[in-house]
Amino acid sequence: MSMALWQNLPLLMIVGALMCAAVSSVLKAKAARAVMLGLSILECAGMITLLYFTVSLGESFVFPMGEIGAPFGNELRVGPAEALVGALLALVMLLAVVGGFQQLKRDVRENRTPLYAAVYCLLFAAMVAMTFTNDLFTAYVFIEISTIAACALISARGHGQHIFAAARYMIMNLLGSGLFLLGLSMLYSLTGHLLFPQLGAAVRQLILENRYSMPLYLSFLLMTMGVAIKSALYPFHTWLPSAYSNSTAASSAILSSVVSKMYIFLLIKIFLRAEGTAVFARRIDDVLFLFAMVGIIAGSLHAIVQRHVLRMVAYSSVAQIGYIFLGLALGTREGVAATVFHILAHSAAKSMLFLAGNELRSVSGQNDTFPALRGAAKKAPVAGLAFLVGACSLVGVPLLGGFSSKVFLAQAGIGIGGWRMYVVLAEIVLSTALNVAYMLRAALNLYRDGETDAKEKPASNWPLNAAVSLLMALTVFLGVCGSTVMDWIQKGIALFV
Amino acid sequence: MLGRIYTHLDGLTAIVLFGVGFSLLLLDKNLLKKIIGFSMMDSGIYLFLASYGYIESRLAPIYREGISDASAYVNPLPAGLVLTGIVVGVSVTAVMLGLTVRLYEKYHSLDMDEIAEKIRREGK
Repeated sequence: MSMALWQNLPLLMIVGALMCAAVSSVLKAKAARAVMLGLSILECAGMITLLYFTVSLGESFVFPMGEIGAPFGNELRVGPAEALVGALLALVMLLAVVGGFQQLKRDVRENRTPLYAAVYCLLFAAMVAMTFTNDLFTAYVFIEISTIAACALISARGHGQHIFAAARYMIMNLLGSGLFLLGLSMLYSLTGHLLFPQLGAAVRQLILENRYSMPLYLSFLLMTMGVAIKSALYPFHTWLPSAYSNSTAASSAILSSVVSKMYIFLLIKIFLRAEGTAVFARRIDDVLFLFAMVGIIAGSLHAIVQRHVLRMVAYSSVAQIGYIFLGLALGTREGVAATVFHILAHSAAKSMLFLAGNELRSVSGQNDTFPALRGAAKKAPVAGLAFLVGACSLVGVPLLGGFSSKVFLAQAGIGIGGWRMYVVLAEIVLSTALNVAYMLRAALNLYRDGETDAKEKPASNWPLNAAVSLLMALTVFLGVCGSTVMDWIQKGIALFV
Repeated sequence: MLGRIYTHLDGLTAIVLFGVGFSLLLLDKNLLKKIIGFSMMDSGIYLFLASYGYIESRLAPIYREGISDASAYVNPLPAGLVLTGIVVGVSVTAVMLGLTVRLYEKYHSLDMDEIAEKIRREGK
């Protein structure tokens, strides 16, 4: 098969990001920031090109790394689903940096900025590689790279509490990646393969012959547990609130919207391409289902009792991760498609909430308790609107991304029937009510009359306004054109072999 | 039973090492002990990979004159995975140690709870 020129993009994007990481670490602060922006724009353009070609051709392609082919060599694989998720995550990373630009200049010391840019580029490389790789062990290596990079993003502000948050993040994530590596090693010792197509075939064969069913089950369970810890499924979320709510705006947005999502997309690939679903389906096991259910409710309840708005937004992530795992736990292709859609909708909404929330906190004197934020939307109107739109999207107001994803999830729930259908539907209704209770309360609080201090109006933060406006447009796009996007996702999932 | 344990002795050792390391990393309050736990956990996995990757009576995966049959050698991939894993483990340990040093300089403690308490007081 001859390669078209655009099919070299995945490799170029990974190598480009790695090279930018190396270069930006020795640049001056200003140049390093320029590298961050430039790289993000180029990567977004690359992702969108890949998305255009894979969707319009309706097929996926495999890029072999080097001369040694399968089953020993390493490969990248790009299809519509990978390109779509990659494009959205790249866009969110770009907008997070643009939106958090001014705060970044304020929060991260000048001599540390090049290092911040370096870990940002590393994270970009890890995101692209994890989305596209066809090899389970490569995925593991990039999981660890992204763990280190995310840890540096959390500690970037450099005060004691940030370093402590980073240490806690690191500890929980090491537990997660340890479990993942053990599961991976077991799976490898059972099948002898690491590339997804061969791995899937070997697992199918083992299931057919009914051999090693317990170790097979255990290895998939270990990998799932690992990803669950790393993406903060309740009750493994303890590291999340302080990591998300105290970092600089760009870091919070990236951590909540990109880092946890790329792990989950990897898990989706494991479920569908390495036949994890088939392994789980043979033993009727509702552990994941139960965890997701508990997570949705518990995350919301935690969010309700928070006094700080950004911590509340962080806890709402715990609930949303529950939603994402719920789609996976249904065990059907519709459920997985709904999960992918929710990844997109939640990434757009949550990064917007963190960017806007950080801006609202800074116009209210670095205080994000509910009384302090009263009337903040009048001081920063665009950020206030963005917070409202993000909150509405998570609640599930029609025409916004969160609504479509709840509809798809409910449809997937109805598709499986039985008692689980009723539980899923009841859960969606209940959690929507809880979401209204905290998200809309916070958003409307911004529009109440605050104490009118005679201070001058804060200077408008145009990069942030531009970034959140684009994110709002993205959320509306996901809501209005939900079925088109869903079509792409289903096309991509159908191509997963 | 004993025979089965004996044939899987390395696998069992690996799982025990993993379990001990995992519990240390999760439950111990002391940051340094956590890092030691992480190292043990990773070593367990490397032992697992290395022992299952080796087949007795086969040669190391380096070509020898006259033996061109691939089944005479062991698969080189598990050893490659272990090496990669070690590299990853070293860098992660370095980052964790770096964070520990910074925390100790600031709070003069390695105890996670104590540091958390000091941070809480600092915030007020």
